[in-house]
Amino acid sequence: MVAVPGTDALDTFPRLLLSHARVRGERAAIREKDLGIWQSWTWAEAAREARGMACGLAELGFKRGDRLAIIGDNRPRLYWAMCAAQMLGGVPVPLYQDAVAQEMTFVLQDASVHIAIVEDQEQVDKLLEIKAQCPELQHIVYDDPRGMRHYTQPFLHGLDEVIAAGRIHDANQPDFLDQQIALGRPEDVSIILYTSGTTGKPKGVCQTHASFIAAAQGGCGFDGLNESDEVLSYLPMAWVGDHLFSFAQALVAGFTVNCPESGDTVMTDMREIGPTFYFAPPRVFENLLTQVMIRMEDAGRIKRAMFDYFMAVAKRCGADILDGKPVAAKDRLLYALGELLVYGPLRNVLGMSRIRVAYTAGAAIGPDLFRFYRSIGINLKQLYGQTETCAYVCLQPDRQIKLDSVGPPAPGVEIKIAANGEILVKGPMLLKEYYNRPDATAESINAEGYFMTGDAGFLDQDGHLKIIDRAKDVGKLNNGAVFAPNYIENKLKFFSYIKEAVAFGNGRDMVCAFINIDMGAVGNWAERRGIPYAGYTDLAGKPEVYALVQECVEQVNAELARDAMVADTQIHRFLILHKELDPDDDELTRTRKVRRGFIAQKYAILIDALYGGKQNQYIETEVKFEDGRKGKVAADLVIRDVKTFPVVKGRAA
Amino acid sequence: MARQIGDVILDLRNISLSFGGVKALTDISFDVREHEIRAIIGPNGAGKSSMLNVINGVYRPQQGEIIFRGQHRRDMDTHEAAAAGFARTFQNIALFKGMTVLDNLMTGRNLKMRCNFLQHALWWGPAKREELEHRRKVEEIIDFLEIEHIRKTPVGRLPYGLQKRVELGRALAAEPQILLLDEPMAGMNVEEKQDMCRFILDVNDQLGTTIVLIEHDMGVVMDISDRVVVLDYGRKIGDGVPDEVKNNPEVIAAYLGTQH
Repeated sequence: MVAVPGTDALDTFPRLLLSHARVRGERAAIREKDLGIWQSWTWAEAAREARGMACGLAELGFKRGDRLAIIGDNRPRLYWAMCAAQMLGGVPVPLYQDAVAQEMTFVLQDASVHIAIVEDQEQVDKLLEIKAQCPELQHIVYDDPRGMRHYTQPFLHGLDEVIAAGRIHDANQPDFLDQQIALGRPEDVSIILYTSGTTGKPKGVCQTHASFIAAAQGGCGFDGLNESDEVLSYLPMAWVGDHLFSFAQALVAGFTVNCPESGDTVMTDMREIGPTFYFAPPRVFENLLTQVMIRMEDAGRIKRAMFDYFMAVAKRCGADILDGKPVAAKDRLLYALGELLVYGPLRNVLGMSRIRVAYTAGAAIGPDLFRFYRSIGINLKQLYGQTETCAYVCLQPDRQIKLDSVGPPAPGVEIKIAANGEILVKGPMLLKEYYNRPDATAESINAEGYFMTGDAGFLDQDGHLKIIDRAKDVGKLNNGAVFAPNYIENKLKFFSYIKEAVAFGNGRDMVCAFINIDMGAVGNWAERRGIPYAGYTDLAGKPEVYALVQECVEQVNAELARDAMVADTQIHRFLILHKELDPDDDELTRTRKVRRGFIAQKYAILIDALYGGKQNQYIETEVKFEDGRKGKVAADLVIRDVKTFPVVKGRAA
Repeated sequence: MARQIGDVILDLRNISLSFGGVKALTDISFDVREHEIRAIIGPNGAGKSSMLNVINGVYRPQQGEIIFRGQHRRDMDTHEAAAAGFARTFQNIALFKGMTVLDNLMTGRNLKMRCNFLQHALWWGPAKREELEHRRKVEEIIDFLEIEHIRKTPVGRLPYGLQKRVELGRALAAEPQILLLDEPMAGMNVEEKQDMCRFILDVNDQLGTTIVLIEHDMGVVMDISDRVVVLDYGRKIGDGVPDEVKNNPEVIAAYLGTQH
């Protein structure tokens, strides 16, 4: 299917935007909370803004095929900037806004960016810091002029001025932009998303209009998303999930995108907006649950008793009611009462009262966590996908939810399992290529056109895909037992006290783990017990905290013992790290996945101590602060042995 | 720095203040220029807070003269000072702990309210328009100080550093010409101090507010002030730009210790 330039086919994002401006011009396209008030822009206004911006970019010398860097929080004008670049046949390249300047250098160089549109002074400062290393960067455009008054560099431009210049350009040459839009083809690259890269340098994934539109159409059709839906956009714009949900699907279905006031106000904003469609990585659901649990622990006795009672009811029958399975009349009645007293108010506090569909992906979600949300009536589902597949491979259909699978292949997607267990994927949503990396492209797409995901998994008897771990992470203990570190870490992380865990065991006799405590939850716990502490390092080293974490680890061991497949991978020894794992120190990726190999190398001394049978180990670690300064954290870490359990045999399946 | 420091707007001449036999301030003179950041430093009990209290009318000096924008006076009531465009924050936070951040900031608009009590009680017509206008102004301050996330949180539940920021916000709500800050960074950690410094500089730079501040952290004072006056035992022992003050032997002896 090749569209002829000039046709009305809705096969590129700019054409979709213009069509919405015609069809539903008066409906809200995007909202943002500003100075305490939600401001709306209609589709007609959004199209006008994008148009002005596109012409303004053209005035700055932006041409077909150029890359436009976009850096900032989710803001309406930055979304329009994406479409503006596409109108001119250019390619937007969103960057993670919390990355430090040096990390941005690589992407700016790799994509040879000439023009960057950034949110504010903070981002401008970062780009100025690295501008010498990015000689091709010619113009920096900023959205928010605050603090920019004294910047006199001629290559800095306010977005308002750029749009104003664009409007004049558009008035003088009214045909220019329409011609540019008409030149766009669905097979043009519509965006380059850089993968966070758990190993090595990031790679730019080139996706076309056609692939993202196919993924968005598939997803919208699957869940019946339409123009009346509302979504909250708070995840990084550089992340494929946000691009699919807040950009591609919004433009395909025509629903409203809501941008929060700031990163700290997401909870409040969510309550005010009440999105009908919601996406969050497991970590966010985990944090929400932790906050609820903290508040419940501080609540009065009667409230707590009521909460505990009805949560037990929900655990028993909530998920079944949501799935439309038969449930005893008594339970149904109790659940209805619980709905009135607990679940309804709780969903309201979470801002999830109106949610029709919620998705999670990005990492495996703890089954208990998943069940919790479903049991209180939130239609939380899992999906599976990666940047290379527009985050669109598998979706869980309503009422066919299995806790340990990610659902059957999504419409239009074909899945094959390789001999080594690796999941292979084919479909219209596959990447075109890695930018400037034909070698990487050739490595990840095989001769038959399948993309090699690098994940290990299998299809169960119902055709649902089950993922075990990263194919390369799955290892073996010395006794031959399969060791899936993610699986163990996720079990640990379900405890609200544990924020991060790193399990080791490949090629070893036993499994050992590093633990990061959750400062909020453990801090609250310590305060209520009158345990004084000075900061993370101090709190993490408290014997009381060790005892608390040990209890959690032992519970995980008990659970692992119940499943013969993983019983051998019970945790034998653990320690609580003296610092929080941080993307600034390269220990986590920007999407906050642990970089196990890097951590193992950095803390080799601790691993030796774990496996060497030592009872404690002194360590000094360098940390990077947000402003780029460096400091040192030192501590004498205690190592604890944990009780393990014999394998429970003969358990009914 | 690009902001233009203007003429002297506040001139303090030969101020002496005593409480019974205790001489808090002895014959102190210094001036404050428009748009500058003026720091008052000195060891404990040097008379720094007393000096601020003289400026905004809490204390009446026994001797001396205050000239503010050409007007000579010995003293004035605190409400006159507020009306003249002075606003301040306090060493120990003075906010309404049970009220939300938003409400606390709204109290800072008190002097700007024109409608009477009855009109406000009915919240009708001009009173409603007025409140909306004040709310908009307060929201701008909330945005400026990046405290959106605690807008509706009672102040008493906030950590210390944020309370300090809210107090600054309340002072800003009065749209002051001169902002008096009494130890704005006392008891803060490094990160909170950096934030506060940034906000003080932003206020000075973007709103053009003249700032007089008392601070103990020498690093901070030397970094952000245009000029520094040094007090010791109620006397002025130094006055000038940070570098001058740093190298003044009397100041070094009294306060900074030996030079490294």
